[in-house]
Amino acid sequence: MRILTCLLSALLTIGLVSNAEAFCGFYVAKADTDLFNEASQVVLVRDGKRTVITMVNDFHGDVSDFAMVVPVPTFIEREQINVGDMAVVDHLDAYTSPRLVEYFDENPCAIRQEVLNSTRAFPSVAETSDADFRRKSLGVTIEASYTVGEYDILILDATQSSGLITWLNENGYRIPDGAERIVGSYLKQGMRFFVAKVNVDNYDHSGYTNLRPLQVAFESEKFMLPIRLGTLNAKGQQDMYVYTLTRTGRVETSNYRTVRLPTGQELPVHVKDDFGDFYRSMFARQTEQANHRGVFLEYAWDMAWCDPCAADPLTRDELRSLGVFWLEEGTAETRPGLRPSPVPQNVFVTRLHVRYDAEHFPEDLMLTETGDRQNFQGRYVIRHAYEGDSQCNQMQSYRAALIERQEREAQTLANLTGWDVNGIRDKIPTLASLEPVKPEPWWKRLWN
Amino acid sequence: MTDPRYYQIATLSSLIAWGSTSLGFGIRIDNALAIVAVALVTQWVGTRLAGLARFDPLSAIITSLSLTLLLRTDLVWIAAVAATLAVGSKFLLRANGKHIFNPANFAIVVLILLSDRAWISSGQWGSTSLLAIAVIGLGLVVLSRARRFETTLFFLGSWATLLLARAVWLGDPLAIPLHQLQNGALLVFAFFMISDPVTAPNSPLGRALFGTLVAVVAYVIQFYFYLPSGPVLALIGCALAVPLIDRCLNGSKYQWRVPHKGATPCES
Repeated sequence: MRILTCLLSALLTIGLVSNAEAFCGFYVAKADTDLFNEASQVVLVRDGKRTVITMVNDFHGDVSDFAMVVPVPTFIEREQINVGDMAVVDHLDAYTSPRLVEYFDENPCAIRQEVLNSTRAFPSVAETSDADFRRKSLGVTIEASYTVGEYDILILDATQSSGLITWLNENGYRIPDGAERIVGSYLKQGMRFFVAKVNVDNYDHSGYTNLRPLQVAFESEKFMLPIRLGTLNAKGQQDMYVYTLTRTGRVETSNYRTVRLPTGQELPVHVKDDFGDFYRSMFARQTEQANHRGVFLEYAWDMAWCDPCAADPLTRDELRSLGVFWLEEGTAETRPGLRPSPVPQNVFVTRLHVRYDAEHFPEDLMLTETGDRQNFQGRYVIRHAYEGDSQCNQMQSYRAALIERQEREAQTLANLTGWDVNGIRDKIPTLASLEPVKPEPWWKRLWN
Repeated sequence: MTDPRYYQIATLSSLIAWGSTSLGFGIRIDNALAIVAVALVTQWVGTRLAGLARFDPLSAIITSLSLTLLLRTDLVWIAAVAATLAVGSKFLLRANGKHIFNPANFAIVVLILLSDRAWISSGQWGSTSLLAIAVIGLGLVVLSRARRFETTLFFLGSWATLLLARAVWLGDPLAIPLHQLQNGALLVFAFFMISDPVTAPNSPLGRALFGTLVAVVAYVIQFYFYLPSGPVLALIGCALAVPLIDRCLNGSKYQWRVPHKGATPCES
């Protein structure tokens, strides 16, 4: 059997195998540049029953080894599959990314001066980013096969999971134990499958260095993301970002808790140099506190504007390329390069971040669109101390207040991340230079 | 305590406080105040117009708390409309001397069907809060001396049976139906909404039938039409069957407390 890399995706949960031991069900990203090592991204555009899904694969390997099995809620035709533009997903990632906002204390002795700067939380995730007879006897029919961009698409009409699994195995896709059960369950729920492989000739001629996202448009009552296939491998937890673009409001999960990330906290200045670390630690702690069963809301905003902006809002063309089909001519256009004005655009973006495994997320993610149009963003604040040498009466009280504030910031950071508060204090010059306070024995104040 | 509604008010208030502080329900205080105020005013107006002898705020408060707990909207006027619809439905939509719909259920369903700015957050309870809700709910059963709780028991039993049967049919692991059952919102619905003794059928057999019917309809809504909150939607449809069940199966109408001189027909 040829060694084949297989991405067995449950619409989005992309699995990668490059040898006999590994198997489909986890997603590999570049560890050196990505914030989360195993993270997949999916963009869901939804209005009524109409759905457009964009699946990002950050596949790094020989493209001839690439294959992806995608379950979809309905049967699909050629025109319903498209190859998208990775740059647009990167832009969406940048626009919705948690952000660090930077302020500078004014001179206590002088007039007010303030500089506002905003920094994106981290580089974007992707930035870094006798065959016929046999088939029939197995109950698998290739309904159609197409070439779409650099992909060859086989649309399968399978009636039995065992037949589909056998067919996939015989055709070089290595399927993990347990997959048959899940595939069987999906088939009984009316889902269909297609296989996407790389057409090496087209890929070589395309000039692209990475595989582009695959897009599928379909109509279905089901607003869900099938994640079960992706949890089959025992690689532990995986991260997934789900961006939804809807007409009315925020999207949340109806069968798991949607938890808002802590936001608005003031943190020590050194977090700026280590924002990725901070964010990873905070996210890990938050998932722990939610008993590993939470889906985290990182961003919810009207696509027309942002404040502060980690990146400009997406243009109408970009939104359309992601599948936002309801934008009419003459709709307020966002203006790249300018600070966008708050003009509602009938596109509401939600960014969800979930860390999942089979134990804590046994069921697929069921999604629901709410009427909530309140904006939310993961935003963290650092405030630089005034470091001038002005002398005045206010300076003393400023210094005292500063120490108090920095202590508070250190405590906040420790609470959010679980880091040792003394280690944090050591990185804050004002606090580190203070005499260490010896803890007073508890009995000292008992009678005195 | 002769009237279990006091216990209901206390427990619903606790659940609201807990949900707001620990579970991030996003309950807005202005919505909550608007709901309580408008519900009480509607109850008072309804009492006067119906010519009832006594203004009884207890059920209106319970309805307000249920709405606050279950209905989400970021518009205060929708919250106010919800309270009006809920309490108003008690006075206007009646059959066989009792109101047809659970007031909070009626308002929630009407608003989520008619407005895209109202919704239910059925996932927000998570599964960690289960035990507490179950204890509180069972407390309610004990306090009301298990009167009229056939609806809750048969609903939960039928719902669990259907989910397990579905998992067996699909070949899904047991973890999936268990996860579906470990849903705080489901227990809140079972103990605080479908349990409403006034809108349930009068006879024990009728209530058992009703609980089972709601579970079956909810299953169809959730797994064939893929709408979340199947039970909440099912209850309103099934409520229409209650007058028919009451006609076929005899039983006595529920009253919150022992009738006394001047008791009113609308104290629920």
